Amino acid sequence: MKLLAFVSRNRKEMLRDPLSLAFGIGFPLVLLLLLSAIQANIPVSLFKIEKLAPGIAVFGLSFISLFSGTLIAKDRTSSFLMRLFASPLSASDFILGYTLPLLPMAIMQSAICFLASFFLKLPVTGTVLLALVVLIPAAVLFIAIGLLAGSIFTDKQVGGVCGALLTNVSAWLSGTWFDLSLVGGAFKRIAYALPFAHAVDATRAALAGDYASIFPHLWWVIGYAAVIMVIAVVAFKRKMNGDSV
Amino acid sequence: MNAIEITGLTKKYGERTAVKSLNLSIEQGTCFALLGVNGAGKTTTIKMLSCLTKPTSGDAVILGKSILSESQAVKEVINLSPQETAVAPNLTVRENLELIAGIYGSDRTATLEKTDRAIKDFDLAEVERQKAKTLSGGWQRRLSIAMALISAPQVLFLDEPTLGLDVLARRELWSAIEKLKGKVTVILTTHYLEEAEALSDKIGIMAKGELKALGTAPELISRMGAKTFEDAFVALATGSEASA
Repeated sequence: MKLLAFVSRNRKEMLRDPLSLAFGIGFPLVLLLLLSAIQANIPVSLFKIEKLAPGIAVFGLSFISLFSGTLIAKDRTSSFLMRLFASPLSASDFILGYTLPLLPMAIMQSAICFLASFFLKLPVTGTVLLALVVLIPAAVLFIAIGLLAGSIFTDKQVGGVCGALLTNVSAWLSGTWFDLSLVGGAFKRIAYALPFAHAVDATRAALAGDYASIFPHLWWVIGYAAVIMVIAVVAFKRKMNGDSV
Repeated sequence: MNAIEITGLTKKYGERTAVKSLNLSIEQGTCFALLGVNGAGKTTTIKMLSCLTKPTSGDAVILGKSILSESQAVKEVINLSPQETAVAPNLTVRENLELIAGIYGSDRTATLEKTDRAIKDFDLAEVERQKAKTLSGGWQRRLSIAMALISAPQVLFLDEPTLGLDVLARRELWSAIEKLKGKVTVILTTHYLEEAEALSDKIGIMAKGELKALGTAPELISRMGAKTFEDAFVALATGSEASA
């Protein structure tokens, strides 16, 4: 009951923020339509809907970090979290409470992206469902980044770190906007040392039904998600047991 | 019977001592006011007692439970209204109240009953469907205190509860606090001396992290040979003689 009450509150807070909806769903959809329009006029293989949709889905998920980070940071700076820290909610209630409402939101966000892609001639196949499942570790990764950012930054700093830096870094290094092989060298190595390009490649493989190619990439995403989640939980618990909320 | 027993409670931030070896007992069902100028250590004391900050040394026992070793049990029986208004901005007034009732373990039926009662007790009916962020500061403060009381705490910490309230709202809150006497142990910090005088059964005055004086308002006035409680407070808080 305690956890459910907190989960429900966090879900309402995020869904009632119009900026969350505009950035989380609206902006990726606009990009999907725009890049598809470019593809229609000047064919670019990277912008074919089968390749573009997974990239946009991962890009859309990067805004999840902004939502969760901003909510947690605002709760901290407004003393609301102080009130909750004095309540019987446990550390795991807090972490699950901030994480659980975001997972269905993330899945819904990806589903909307693929639904819109159907109208842009993405074939309606069962692999779309597989792609949605493959995106879950990426969703957890971005949720963990949000939890970490919200635990250590103010809401304004979260806006800068997650809203500007993370969305750009995850976009540029994901291989969605341009082929990483075209740049090659250190840029490509850095991109593939981070999880974003792997998340896109795993989703593309799932969508293409190329099952053998999913896991080499997905392990990277799962590994990053697990490590960042552990760091986020430690940072949040330190904040909870520390001298400043 | 004492609701709170504080023994040698100390909090240090690096070299700075925010609270120095505080020893204090607070009787159950009474209202205790903790006074002091800014930086005296009042809020740090409240934070330690409400398990938000770990003491550097010492302990406090609240209704038989240690804040150090039984903090979860302590949290079940206390509630807090922080110095700054602490409400969920995108939730309505009703939803904020339901949230707190829920996280203190009430089931759906009890949550609805408690919320209805809190809305009635704090005259929140006219704004119950409004999002908290659209309320004026005074309404937010009233909601914040209603949220602190909805869990029916046995010990309630009110950190400057009437800050930003107009005279009428302040009087209403005083009346609500008066009604709690005998049932709830209230620990109140305030900068309004008349508030402490009117509401509290006992007053503790802190300065530079130490408890400088303890007693009822008339006792403190008499001890300092002061004309008013304000004179007595100034003398105690600054360590000077009271103006005769």
